[in-house]
Amino acid sequence: MAKIIGGYFTSHVPGIGGAIVRGDQETPYWKPFFDGFPPIRAWLAKERPDVAVVFSNDHGLNFFLDKMPTFAVGAAPQYDNADEGWGLPVYKSFEGHPALSWHLIDALVRDEFDITTCQKMLVDHAVSIPFELVWPGVEAWPVKLVPISINTVQYPLPSPKRCLALGRAVHRALMSWGGDERILICGTGGLSHQLDGPRAGFMNPEYDLFCLDNLAANPEALTGHSAEEVAELAGTQGVEILNWIAARGAMGDTPMTEVSRNYHIPISNTAAASLLLQAG
Amino acid sequence: MTSDPVRDDNARRKAIPLFDGDLARRGYALNAMCFSFNEEANRKAFLADEEAYCAKFGLTEEQRDAVARRDVLAMLEAGGNVYYLAKLAGIFGLGVQDLGALQTGMSVDAFKAMLVRQAEAIPQGARVREAV
Repeated sequence: MAKIIGGYFTSHVPGIGGAIVRGDQETPYWKPFFDGFPPIRAWLAKERPDVAVVFSNDHGLNFFLDKMPTFAVGAAPQYDNADEGWGLPVYKSFEGHPALSWHLIDALVRDEFDITTCQKMLVDHAVSIPFELVWPGVEAWPVKLVPISINTVQYPLPSPKRCLALGRAVHRALMSWGGDERILICGTGGLSHQLDGPRAGFMNPEYDLFCLDNLAANPEALTGHSAEEVAELAGTQGVEILNWIAARGAMGDTPMTEVSRNYHIPISNTAAASLLLQAG
Repeated sequence: MTSDPVRDDNARRKAIPLFDGDLARRGYALNAMCFSFNEEANRKAFLADEEAYCAKFGLTEEQRDAVARRDVLAMLEAGGNVYYLAKLAGIFGLGVQDLGALQTGMSVDAFKAMLVRQAEAIPQGARVREAV
């Protein structure tokens, strides 16, 4: 039977990619952020996941406003990154797990989550940077990828409550999968930040810490807000916390142990965090 | 007056503002142009003949004017979404701190300093935690 080994959560700010290219990890600006990752790398080296189910949001690489799915599940044999237009390197491709993807798709739709299925899907920095952070310098990613994309771009966004429910449906689907893989759940993005408008530069440590403090033991606490209220609290791009909420749901209802946590301000315009939870 | 969550959320969309259906409709042409900048050939075509490139995507006069003036707030007002606009900004070598400075009227240095100062609001002991 497949096993969910834990949940890895991190910010995915594009600037992190630039810092990695320049080798800035030990500089005073970047070190407090990168210091969050050695414990996560060590844990992954010990736990050796085979598959990562990654909840993230597209930033205008794969999806445009012509078709904007609220929830989309990748079902491709391979996922490529591509030029995102703002100068990031093009990251290496990811091997998919189509059989598991189709199992999830089937189970989710039976469970009345009417997701969009993508047999072709580009994945952007929201997947590549979290992988670069925990597996730096590898020739090929050591895990297969099942990407799940949540619309955090165009309102109406799904509510935090709905994202947690989606994650829980993903959990049920993973529990009924017949394989014996070791599965890592990832949620990427956030935490509080706002790029646009006169409130550009807004961050909210109080809300971020509320999220970090409740994610492991009481994720329902994060579902008391509408998506619009989250935008008010976390900034217009801080709604990426929806990816974390869904990922937490996919870990299941059992209590989680916080293995490591790091919270730092600022990385680029963002309050950045990394968090590792394990079951039990 | 009783609280109406739908009305309250719609009010938030207008007040913050959030990229809702009204903005998505208004901004479609501008965002479509910016989405095209994922390809280097299109970035070069824009730089070679900005007027012709904007015309190809049917930008409204308001959008064309906002792009010509490099006025980020006006681009947002014209329905631009920041994720797509960032690709346009990238053509000019501008990052999100440059955009932040342009939108808030601060210098880039002052904007960056404002970001750094927000770390002061993190309570002691809340930064790093590692299980023993």
